Amino acid sequence: MIPEIGHFALILTLFVALAQGGITLAGAARGNATWIGFARPAARAQFSLVAISFVLLMWSFIVKDFSVSYVAVNSNSQLPWFYRMAAVWGGHEGSLLLWLLMQTGWAYAVSLFSRQLPDVMVARVLGVLGLVTAGFLLFVLLTSNPFERLVPAPMEGMDLNPLLQDVGLIFHPPLLYMGYVGFSVVFAFAIAALLAGQLDSAWARWSRPWATAAWLFLTLGIALGSWWAYYELGWGGWWFWDPVENSSFVPWLVGTALIHSLAVTEKRASFKNWTVLLAISTFALSLLGAFLVRSGVLTSVHAFATDPRRGVFLLMLFAVVVGSSLLLFAIRAPKVGLGGRFELFSRESLLLVNNVLLAVAAGAVLLGTLYPLFIDALGMGKISVGPPYFNLVFVPLMVPALLLIAVGPVANWKRAKLRDVLKQLNLPLFVAVVAGVGVPFLYGRWSALVALGIALAAWIATAVVMGIFKRMRATRSGLLAQPRSWMGMHIAHLGMAVFVVGVTLVMGYETEQDIRMAPGQTVTAAGYELTFRGVRSELGANYAAQVGDIVLSRDGRQLRLMHPEKRNYFFSEMPMTEVAIDANGLRHLYVALGEPLADGAWSVRVHYKPFIDWIWIGCILMALGGLLAISDRRYRLKRREKRTAVIAQEAKA
Amino acid sequence: MSRFLFPLIGFVVLLGFLAFGLTLKPSEVPSPLIDKPAPAFTLPQLANPGETFSPDAMKGKVWLMNVWASWCFACLEEHPVIRELTTEHGVPVVGLNYKDIRNEAISWLNRHGDSYLVTVSDTQGRVGIDYGVYGVPETFLIDQTGVIRYKHIGPVTHDAVRDTILPMIRELEK
Amino acid sequence: MKTRHKRIALIAGGLAVLGVATALVLSAFQSNLLFFFTPTQVAAGEAPQERAFRVGGMVQTGSVRRVGDGLTVNFLITDTAKTIPVSYTGILPDLFSEGKGVVAQGKLGPDGLFRAQEVLAKHDENYMPREAQHALDQASKTSDATRSQYP
Repeated sequence: MIPEIGHFALILTLFVALAQGGITLAGAARGNATWIGFARPAARAQFSLVAISFVLLMWSFIVKDFSVSYVAVNSNSQLPWFYRMAAVWGGHEGSLLLWLLMQTGWAYAVSLFSRQLPDVMVARVLGVLGLVTAGFLLFVLLTSNPFERLVPAPMEGMDLNPLLQDVGLIFHPPLLYMGYVGFSVVFAFAIAALLAGQLDSAWARWSRPWATAAWLFLTLGIALGSWWAYYELGWGGWWFWDPVENSSFVPWLVGTALIHSLAVTEKRASFKNWTVLLAISTFALSLLGAFLVRSGVLTSVHAFATDPRRGVFLLMLFAVVVGSSLLLFAIRAPKVGLGGRFELFSRESLLLVNNVLLAVAAGAVLLGTLYPLFIDALGMGKISVGPPYFNLVFVPLMVPALLLIAVGPVANWKRAKLRDVLKQLNLPLFVAVVAGVGVPFLYGRWSALVALGIALAAWIATAVVMGIFKRMRATRSGLLAQPRSWMGMHIAHLGMAVFVVGVTLVMGYETEQDIRMAPGQTVTAAGYELTFRGVRSELGANYAAQVGDIVLSRDGRQLRLMHPEKRNYFFSEMPMTEVAIDANGLRHLYVALGEPLADGAWSVRVHYKPFIDWIWIGCILMALGGLLAISDRRYRLKRREKRTAVIAQEAKA
Repeated sequence: MSRFLFPLIGFVVLLGFLAFGLTLKPSEVPSPLIDKPAPAFTLPQLANPGETFSPDAMKGKVWLMNVWASWCFACLEEHPVIRELTTEHGVPVVGLNYKDIRNEAISWLNRHGDSYLVTVSDTQGRVGIDYGVYGVPETFLIDQTGVIRYKHIGPVTHDAVRDTILPMIRELEK
Repeated sequence: MKTRHKRIALIAGGLAVLGVATALVLSAFQSNLLFFFTPTQVAAGEAPQERAFRVGGMVQTGSVRRVGDGLTVNFLITDTAKTIPVSYTGILPDLFSEGKGVVAQGKLGPDGLFRAQEVLAKHDENYMPREAQHALDQASKTSDATRSQYP
């Protein structure tokens, strides 16, 4: 009975969403206040209904109701309770329900935090969101019902994929989806503005916090996915340029372009068409990612279950949503004015170059991802595009973008003086050269790429620190008194510098050894000694493990014991590598068990990864910057002013 | 033409490729065994392990070999379709019980009905490998001379029976 | 007039970036496209000798042999019609096992031995025996409730 209620709640949501889309958009077009007023309650109702449905599916997992097909496929009676709860989004149907929960959740958030917006605008935004929700609901109800019963019910479930039995799974998809779906809000704002024919700074100001919020979730989601792949797959890599990874990275690149372009549109009313196009593209690419991942048109190391019906439906949804938006864009964009003028050397121009670079990089990654599909479609054979392609194309495009990070914030809007800008960049240039030359020498091995990477990171970091100090001196106030959105920008840029340091040093100086180790044998890696003591058996909740004992020491002094594992999960009979990592913020020693060889010896994978933590710390800093930016008083102040203005107007009327 | 139409045009081209990509199914590699003689084997019968079965016994008939297992949910789903094939259309279907435990396989048949002509046990999955079985369920169509004519991957559906399998059988039986 | 010049400069700049990107893409494609061949195609001599490519199929049962210190593994990849001998030094992925799907990336030697630099055990390439039903869902993406045995 419980699953049927969940299913019914979803059907109800579909009707509410369709009604919301139809009534509010019609109301906005005709200026009917009653119809417009339907937007907010409808958003609340959708969120509540989907939440009920979500909780009921989770309930089915908690009580181990294997008569629900999805529960039977993705869990097992011996699976610990927290994984049973996370298993709700461990498969296709449930992850779509999570997507829906977030979709309606974002819409609900818009209805809450939009008091300062004109009601017509809110109605249009929520109406567009309602239609998007309805599209996904149709997809779920017609092709991917998570509540489908399995008759007769099996006695036991098939268990959750062991790779997903990890804290990484619990948080990775929710963060990623929050990002993907969050961009639907920005998309809805863009469509609403196009419908109303009001593409102005006000629209950009309203969109900005939403775009930043979505972007920060996407950043965290991608970073967590990378971290998860690093320690869970046991290969020691943190990014594989896999189609699944790329399909989240391309929206990130375009989303990053979007938040910069929105800044220009808000401050200077320029780039309006470009910003709208980016807002549509970011959400379109999120949808494309969902299509690529779920339809099976691309093969990937991360594999997916596919069903042609799902692919067709998703493609249709994609075609309708994006096609109609681009058509609307083609009709409305020619009427949009040009906005503020600017000189060839100005902050606007620099941000434009940043946007072009990011968009071209996104295009190149997308091309590499889809190329196997194009070639196959043209009947020219089956191919795959290897990671070297992405590195070769992506890195040269990002170098100028990184250079500009330090330049943009010190250049004036409208017209900047080259000499003033250069004067402010003397110190960063000096630090960059010293660090770029010095760091490779510290590591004892010269590498031009390391020098370039470190120089870029130092260039950015110095400019950020200088910028903050200058401002503090000029305003005679402390660090905390600075505007938060301004601080947010600098923190995010600093995060980028930290990220670049991590990537550069890992790629330049990591070492990897695949060796045979007999009990008692010692191997050295980057000045550390690792002594293999042997492997013993242990029993986990739903798996049997072989646990290695490895002593980590330096100069004969024992530091700690490391325990890499090889697990065999009972129900899926799938072997899994659990790595052991010794981390100290400056480097990882990464040990994974390979296979048992003769005489108690094992093949063992020993990696030394300098500064790898910095990759994820950088991402966290970027997200933190985003969080600071959206918490800026500016957005709240505007709200209050607007509100008093509206009240004054109403009083007059 | 307005330059603002370019994004739309680019999108339509992309859509075309994606739609084409959907028809390709990169995961469906054609079986190299099509139009080749079905690999020979001799396996014990599930219900009666003392007796064996080998494909030679089916010479002169057009028949199906359905690979299934009690641990496979999709087999449960296709089971009524298999029954329909045997009872309503009179097609002989031999079950290849793949990597299964005998007791579980027998109780599965007792519970869900057994319409197979005979089921054989491929406990180790050796025969499955000879037939290039990628997963369960899979169904092979074998003609009078013992040549594999068609392979259906995944659960057999009503549509597949109506549109592909039955027409092929009728054609071969001519 | 001035605005016009600015516009031209901006467009020229954009085109320059695009041009550089196109050149990068083309040169990177030149050397980094990996073609995929089946053992039958390799046996028929369709695969290149000097260039790296991927070969996919099943690990032939009983063919895995460890040589030397145990880190080098020799095995046969089969598509049930033809087989190709493969040699790999290093640690094999968790899902690698006899009778299961595998994709090896490397170069074909003149002696007909495929020297793999990388071995991927991919279950989306179809082979989905009982042991790996769930390998499909690796990235928390999707799982098909009723057809989970299939990619």
